[in-house]
Amino acid sequence: MMNLTQITNGEIDELISLIRHNYGYDFGDYARASFQRRVLRCMDQAGIRSFFDLKYELTNDQTFFNWFLQNLTVNVTEMFRDPMFYKSLRTTIIPILASYPTIKIWHAGCATGEEVLSMAILLQEAGLLERSRLYGTDLNPANLERARQGIVPMQYMKDYTYNYIQSGGKNDFSTYYTARYDHAIFNKELRRNIVFSQHNLVTDQVFNEFQLVCCRNVLIYFNRQLQNQVCRLLTDSLAPLGYLAIGMKESLIFTDVRQQFDVTDSVCRIYRRKT
Amino acid sequence: MAPFDIIAIGGSAGSIPIVSELLEALPSTFQYAVIIVLHRLRNVYSEMNRVLTTSDKGTYVHEPDDKEVIQPNSIYLAPQNYHLLIEADRCFSLDYSELVNYSRPSIDVTFESLASVYGSRVLAVLLSGANDDGALGMEAILSNGGQAIVQDPATAAYAAMPRAALERNPTALVLSPDGIIKFLSITT
Ligand SMILES: C[S@@+](CC[C@H](N)C(=O)[O-])C[C@H]1O[C@@H](n2cnc3c(N)ncnc32)[C@H](O)[C@@H]1O
Repeated sequence: MMNLTQITNGEIDELISLIRHNYGYDFGDYARASFQRRVLRCMDQAGIRSFFDLKYELTNDQTFFNWFLQNLTVNVTEMFRDPMFYKSLRTTIIPILASYPTIKIWHAGCATGEEVLSMAILLQEAGLLERSRLYGTDLNPANLERARQGIVPMQYMKDYTYNYIQSGGKNDFSTYYTARYDHAIFNKELRRNIVFSQHNLVTDQVFNEFQLVCCRNVLIYFNRQLQNQVCRLLTDSLAPLGYLAIGMKESLIFTDVRQQFDVTDSVCRIYRRKT
Repeated sequence: MAPFDIIAIGGSAGSIPIVSELLEALPSTFQYAVIIVLHRLRNVYSEMNRVLTTSDKGTYVHEPDDKEVIQPNSIYLAPQNYHLLIEADRCFSLDYSELVNYSRPSIDVTFESLASVYGSRVLAVLLSGANDDGALGMEAILSNGGQAIVQDPATAAYAAMPRAALERNPTALVLSPDGIIKFLSITT
């Protein structure tokens, strides 16, 4: 990717305060290494050559900011990413969730919703979807717009089918969607208990109590201090004995909440709130 | 004082046996950190770190968690399906963004990140592979004052990657696997 435009740490600070001041989003405690790459990538894509021009566009053009925000966050996701994790949900977590009259699950930082669809499939196969409520939230409104449509590009379906089978899926994966030209639309049935809404983990509060919170591959974009703050929010959103799932390479070790959890699956990073 | 804080090794197709040999040849007292970036299959759980760990020599290869602090005398392997970045305070940051050079982890991404944090204190080593990942990252390392070794394409199972790196970085040292081993075995 790298064009040779460079941007200094001071300029990144300036950019962050401009965005905070004009638009209310706070990226101050995001991990700098990837944030800087994202800013350079956006400049490259938009053909912006200098930091001055970037500031000018961001100050004067709301439409440009919307585009910028959409590309600043890393929106990549997959269905059944880390099949082992989904297998662990199937065999260990879902049987326990089955004992609740209503199962409430929160996907924090759900991107375009592939993770939520995967969860809905697991619940459907366990006969629990009817009494489950799935909440997918993200900072990025464009992601949520995509997520609500239940559409996935066809080119990925081969990989997703493979992941699904690896996760212990026994059905014909293609019965969950309808193929339309270059994309797959997931069945309405599957999506009936899913709600997508905007929620910013940095500035918004607890909004419900859940039996399972998944926040995977979102903490990696935060520095340690913000990880700590967000983990507190996630913990406060869990019912006693509720489960927290984070990314396979994320860790609670650097956070204050670590003592409040037992480790349920150390490889797949699933934790259970003690009380 | 050790000449480097970091030795970064990038490899793709045909590089794994050489990586193993290099690790075995490291003097046990090395003071730098070794960071290995290999192209690997995604979503196939693999224990590459175990494959590269040789217990008799005590080379323990570890896939870092996000925000883990980089320690001397340690060998790290980029986890599969993430890019591996380095923060200014010398800890790892993982990143799940788009593939770069059809790869995640991408060697360019890690090399560029190392160049900006460690400057002249990095030695980059690029091995066999079938695409051109690593060439741009090596350029960043060299232009920030670091050093670079490229496996002699004539000795590589797949020459495309070392060749691309040399085209872009004609000043890099060209060595056979044995040459690289000798170089590393006298670098503490
Ligand atoms: C790499 S995706 C992870 C998607 C999915 N959880 C997975 O693991 O495949 C990261 C997501 O986090 C979202 N995000 C970043 N900062 C956020 C914040 N402050 N609050 C909520 N979501 C955020 C991004 O918009 C993006 O959709």
